[in-house]
Amino acid sequence: MGLIRAVFLLLTLFSCIANAQQRYITVASTTSTEQSGLFKHLLPIFEGKTGIQVRVVALGTGQALDMGRRGDADVVFVHARALEEKFVAEGHGVRRHEVMYNDFVLVGPKSDPARVGGGKDIVQALQRIHQAKAPFVSRGDRSGTHFAELELWKAAAIDIAHDKGGWYREIGQGMGPALNTAAGMNAYVLSDRGTWLSFKNRADLVIAVQGDRRLFNQYGIILVNPAKHANVKQEMGQAFIDWVISREGQQAIAAYKIGGEQLFFPNAGN
Amino acid sequence: MILPLRLEEVSFLHVLQPLSLRIEAGPSTIILGANGAGKSVLMRLMHGLLAPSSGKVSWSGPEARRRQAMVFQRPVMLRRSAFQNVLYALDVAGVAGAERLAAEALAEVGLAHVAHQPARVLSFGEQQRLALARAWALHPEVLFLDEPTASLDPTATREIEAVIRAFDASGTKIVMATHNLGQARRLGDEVIYLHQGRVVERAPAEKFFAAPATPEATAFIKGELPWV
Amino acid sequence: MGDALTAALALVASGDATLLGIVGLSLLVSLSAVALATALGLPLGAVLAVTHFPARRAIVVLLNALMGLPPVVVGLVVYLLLSRAGPLGSLGLLFTPGAMVIAQTVLILPIIAALCRQAVEDAWVEYQEQLRSLGVEGARAALTVLWDIRFSLLTAVLAGLGRASAEVGAVMIVGGNIDGVTRVMTTAIALETSKGDLPLALGLGLVLIAVVLALNAAAFLVKEAAQRRYG
Repeated sequence: MGLIRAVFLLLTLFSCIANAQQRYITVASTTSTEQSGLFKHLLPIFEGKTGIQVRVVALGTGQALDMGRRGDADVVFVHARALEEKFVAEGHGVRRHEVMYNDFVLVGPKSDPARVGGGKDIVQALQRIHQAKAPFVSRGDRSGTHFAELELWKAAAIDIAHDKGGWYREIGQGMGPALNTAAGMNAYVLSDRGTWLSFKNRADLVIAVQGDRRLFNQYGIILVNPAKHANVKQEMGQAFIDWVISREGQQAIAAYKIGGEQLFFPNAGN
Repeated sequence: MILPLRLEEVSFLHVLQPLSLRIEAGPSTIILGANGAGKSVLMRLMHGLLAPSSGKVSWSGPEARRRQAMVFQRPVMLRRSAFQNVLYALDVAGVAGAERLAAEALAEVGLAHVAHQPARVLSFGEQQRLALARAWALHPEVLFLDEPTASLDPTATREIEAVIRAFDASGTKIVMATHNLGQARRLGDEVIYLHQGRVVERAPAEKFFAAPATPEATAFIKGELPWV
Repeated sequence: MGDALTAALALVASGDATLLGIVGLSLLVSLSAVALATALGLPLGAVLAVTHFPARRAIVVLLNALMGLPPVVVGLVVYLLLSRAGPLGSLGLLFTPGAMVIAQTVLILPIIAALCRQAVEDAWVEYQEQLRSLGVEGARAALTVLWDIRFSLLTAVLAGLGRASAEVGAVMIVGGNIDGVTRVMTTAIALETSKGDLPLALGLGLVLIAVVLALNAAAFLVKEAAQRRYG
């Protein structure tokens, strides 16, 4: 038993040393934000300026907010406005700040079985897909993208929860796996533009529908409430938020491009 | 003194019928019998490795476990040097001056020159001698030997018998199981003859070999030495 | 597949600092878990092999069954323990390499203990009588046999190492796959796969296999040399 106690102490020591060496905050964010490569571009700027390491744990929006509720993150940075406002209303977050937006695109096979290609109306497109029973991949993982998808089905007057058939495939995974699956099945899938642009396994997929105002995707950032969780690194977390919505941070966001194309459009304080 | 050892109506499953024996200090005792007669079981009951199905095994003094040793038909050595194997036994027994005693024991059996070789690379005969050295270092009152040379060639057998004789001469009580009549004659002072799980005859060695009293013993000796 | 091979070679040749960091962390986490699980599991398995007590058979069956613990379940349980909302939250271990070591240790401890138990039990047949004759019993006997068969236990340890380096479920959940902090080979492969960069993912996979192969080869040579020496 003395051995087990010694091991435990060793691990505690290990963690203390590891944690003490580096000032850092834990940010719960979404897979789409991370996989777009934004953080790789943005965080080194902040870290270089303040010496604060930003550790991003990338999950779905629902899980990221849950992390905040458990106090396992200092800041949450997600894209589902209604859920974020609920988070703050419940007292888990201090205040919601808008940061940037991008848009969703409907991606689908070149063969376009539902005849939606080149359209600008997402609701009409979903109705056609539903009618044609064309294969459609859903993230099904309580992410911001999944949430947005569900809102769009509602807007199309389709009760997707009860009206789905074998054509509607919920995979319960992130954007990358969803695109992989859609590529493999030649299916339609709703994706954020950022992940789509950096996705390398497109197979026969192309953008089918884009530009609809309803495909607008807003990102928000929230400090986890230190009153609920004493361990939250309030100052450093707030410093990160302040920087992200500052002119410098916003410019850094706008500067991120893939293949010359800007992914995110800063709109803090608008 | 832990001898005499008393077995009272001791039996073991179907292998040994209830028997009573007294093993006294002094003369070397040979447990003789054909294969399957129950010699090994009897040895293990006496040494305490098996519990009897009925009856009682009792020693006459304290610390009986510590004052006995046993050598088996196949020596079991640890993956260490010969010296360290002897040392291990001494450490377990909590004996002081272990290193000196181990060196002496190895010298006694003629293995000083291989003391620091891995025990398992020694020949079978050398390993058996090492087992005896390990027992010697403990200076036991009783040494049990279960067919110690059954797997050895004649040269190795001679070497082992020489060591056993040395043990005997130094005052250790020898209790040895064997089916080898020649060996029994060379090393034994008294013979206990086992036949199908029963003690059929017990006599001083010379008398036993010259004029066995029972038909089973007679048949056994004839079977082993047909020209008698 | 040819793309993957090219990607792998390019990765290794470039000596990319990120890759080295990821490989280094993978080794640190898995080898630490193996060391811990070995220190705890070998004595446990050995004592279980030679002692007898009422619940023994049930524990042996349980230990064997735990060899098949799903990594993702272990990850989830450890996460709930280490979360700030959980009992050990104040240790601040979540999303650190320490948490990953803990999770992997829990995962491979049954493998090492169960395989050790079997090896010692098999060897016990040979050693039992002689050790008992010398007056060695219980834990001391178990440890003597354990030390004597240490080179054949290497297989058990390597089985643990294989499981630890291969799993992704546990380290993903408790580590969070944080870039530069808790990203290891398996989570990096998962990430690149989900990003659709399959050649890179495969390339990383080949590097991982090569590292584990090297470790196994080294262990094998050590074992051979030792067997020659000790017989």
